Amino acid sequence: MELLIKNGRILDPSTNLDFIGDIYIKNGIIEEIGQDLQYSAEKLIDAKGLWVTPGLIDVHVHLREPGQEYKEDIESGSRSAAKGGFTTICCMPNTKPVVDNEVVVEYINMKAKKAGLVNVLPIGAITKGQEGEILANIGKMAEAGICAISEDGKSVLDANLLRKAMQYASMFDLPILSHCEEPSLATGFMNAGEMSALLGMKEIYPESEEIIVARDIILANNAKAKLHLCHLSTKGSIQLLKEAKLRGEIVTAEVTPHHFTLTEEAVEGYDTNTKVNPPLRTRIDVEAIKCGLRDGIVDIIATDHAPHHIDEKNCEYEVAANGIVGLETSVSLTITELVNKGYLTPIGLVEKMSTNPARMLGIDKGTLEIGKIADITIINPSIEYVVNGQEFESKSKNTPFNGMKLQGKAMYTIVGGQVIMEDGKIRGEIQ
Amino acid sequence: MWNRKDLVGLKDLSQDQIMEILELAKAMREKIDNKEARKDSLKKFSVLTLFYENSTRTKTSFTMAAEFLGADVNDLGISTSSVKKGESLIDTAKNLDQMGADIMIMRHGMTGAPHLIAKNCRGSVVNAGDGVNEHPTQALLDMFTIHEHKGKFQGLKIVIIGDIKHSRVARSNVFGLTKMGANVVLAGPSTMITSNMKALGADVTSDLNAAVKDADVIIGLRIQLERQKAGMFPDIREYSQLFGINKKLLSLAKDDVIVMHPGPVNRGVEMSTDIIDGDNSLILDQVKNGVAVRMAVIKLLMEGRKNNGITN
Repeated sequence: MELLIKNGRILDPSTNLDFIGDIYIKNGIIEEIGQDLQYSAEKLIDAKGLWVTPGLIDVHVHLREPGQEYKEDIESGSRSAAKGGFTTICCMPNTKPVVDNEVVVEYINMKAKKAGLVNVLPIGAITKGQEGEILANIGKMAEAGICAISEDGKSVLDANLLRKAMQYASMFDLPILSHCEEPSLATGFMNAGEMSALLGMKEIYPESEEIIVARDIILANNAKAKLHLCHLSTKGSIQLLKEAKLRGEIVTAEVTPHHFTLTEEAVEGYDTNTKVNPPLRTRIDVEAIKCGLRDGIVDIIATDHAPHHIDEKNCEYEVAANGIVGLETSVSLTITELVNKGYLTPIGLVEKMSTNPARMLGIDKGTLEIGKIADITIINPSIEYVVNGQEFESKSKNTPFNGMKLQGKAMYTIVGGQVIMEDGKIRGEIQ
Repeated sequence: MWNRKDLVGLKDLSQDQIMEILELAKAMREKIDNKEARKDSLKKFSVLTLFYENSTRTKTSFTMAAEFLGADVNDLGISTSSVKKGESLIDTAKNLDQMGADIMIMRHGMTGAPHLIAKNCRGSVVNAGDGVNEHPTQALLDMFTIHEHKGKFQGLKIVIIGDIKHSRVARSNVFGLTKMGANVVLAGPSTMITSNMKALGADVTSDLNAAVKDADVIIGLRIQLERQKAGMFPDIREYSQLFGINKKLLSLAKDDVIVMHPGPVNRGVEMSTDIIDGDNSLILDQVKNGVAVRMAVIKLLMEGRKNNGITN
């Protein structure tokens, strides 16, 4: 099948493209890029006024399958990703059972293939059962196709074990995605700050994250491992990252849309959809995160898409599950909060949501280079709408952004040359 | 006219609403001593106590307050209830709501739990302490006691000493007292106060002498012994010597300083016995005032329900 995208603003940092033009796709491959391309294609997309970018990649999502299919499964998560404009998502291993051996990896691969929408790249656990004691089958999982390892949800507290994991993973060129949290400083439920004082809530100290950020940077540098820091949320973490980069160390980091959009003030009223780990922080932290993105300190925007059932959120704040669904609001929040406010250029957005994620993972994606697989996202940067979680494709609706007016939305998601999402409709529903 | 459905905290009350409660409490106190005056003004109204944390005096105080007003009072025995069967808090409350509870008096170990129930039920909710957040009726009875003796709040120096960080009593007092124009100073070991508490509108210090100097009111807080294990202070001996309220400290305050404590007191730990039983102490008055204040709160909420045509 052939696909011709006409008159879009083609944005691709990897090939240095930013011009109004056309892309011709044949047999799932980018065949030609230029102006006034004359091809008769099976499908023609008029992309006037739209951004045409390499397919967006989310390096941090929770698909909950196997084990917690009542929250999300690989199919619903894939639909959610497609709707949000993502062509590739990396799913965290904290499922039941944990992704700590190749059997579970193959299961996810099989389910993702069955869903047949976006590319799903499993992430393997660092230790068996995420128990922090014995290394998971990292090598066997690498053979089965994991893209990284991570203990997401917690840190590997035994520094020596993590050091060994880093050394071991480097044989397979796997990045280590590090969730940074020292639990003794994170016994509460929201950021330690003025709001926790006002709301009378037990606290999570910023140092909880920063101590482990510092530790993992030091360990990775000595182990010569590819360290990627997950969902950084504090000014202190951004500072530590900056210092490591200035020393020339190989480290990357992601931040989430909720951490660059909301502050701890959102917790007022005890809305459990604001409960997330790491917690929403202060204005100062939010500003540091945005400046970190602008200045190239922070490499990646990732959602930490964390679906939870309504019953797990409709309860006491302390009891409520941590997490926010993010796949379907990520593009809009990035445009609204970062592009429109001058922190990122459109090219900068593509860098943080496609180019850099691909580079960090070391995968052959995140580019519009001719001859590459046609994973493409087409974004309308100016469309305005009001968020309604009930309309999400995700099984879960736990978003703190309900009712918020946002700008920008993915209009088309194209995976391997196939249009899997068009104007909010998922393949099968597309006319 | 009273128009609030619930009393979950002093943070959201206006000056007028606080004064309305305190004034009604004055009239209510008469009823405690005068059996004839008690009247069954709230006959046929139902009050339910739900205490997810242990309590003797607060629960008894609420129960007697409601009984003095003629309401029917029932206690949901949490330890024997469906909670043990794993029912969610919202489900429990919604069920009780359906049975026709007019007022649910609730204590819970988690911050915001009464707010959650208030949102989900037609019945009125009174917060009898939530997590480390608020304990509004305790603060109201403290305020009643202060107002009775000082005749005002404006300009008073009120010092609260102890484990501020874990005290819902301190927090409700700060919200209420600062709203009424008092100057509140929070004092205690630096592990038990944080500079973020300045956001509450109070001064924060670890210098007890400076805190107590020229104070009009001193409120001591119960020190919980398990805080020792959490690394808040080395031991009781050191705590009482460095942070205990004693004669020497009291001498720095104004001559007519009043001393209060929400109880139960650890004698000789956060407060010395001669202070507890001394002339400046109003600790027992507080207990009586507590019943009066709770009567006022229950009466106002019931009247609010009548005025707004809320039936249950």
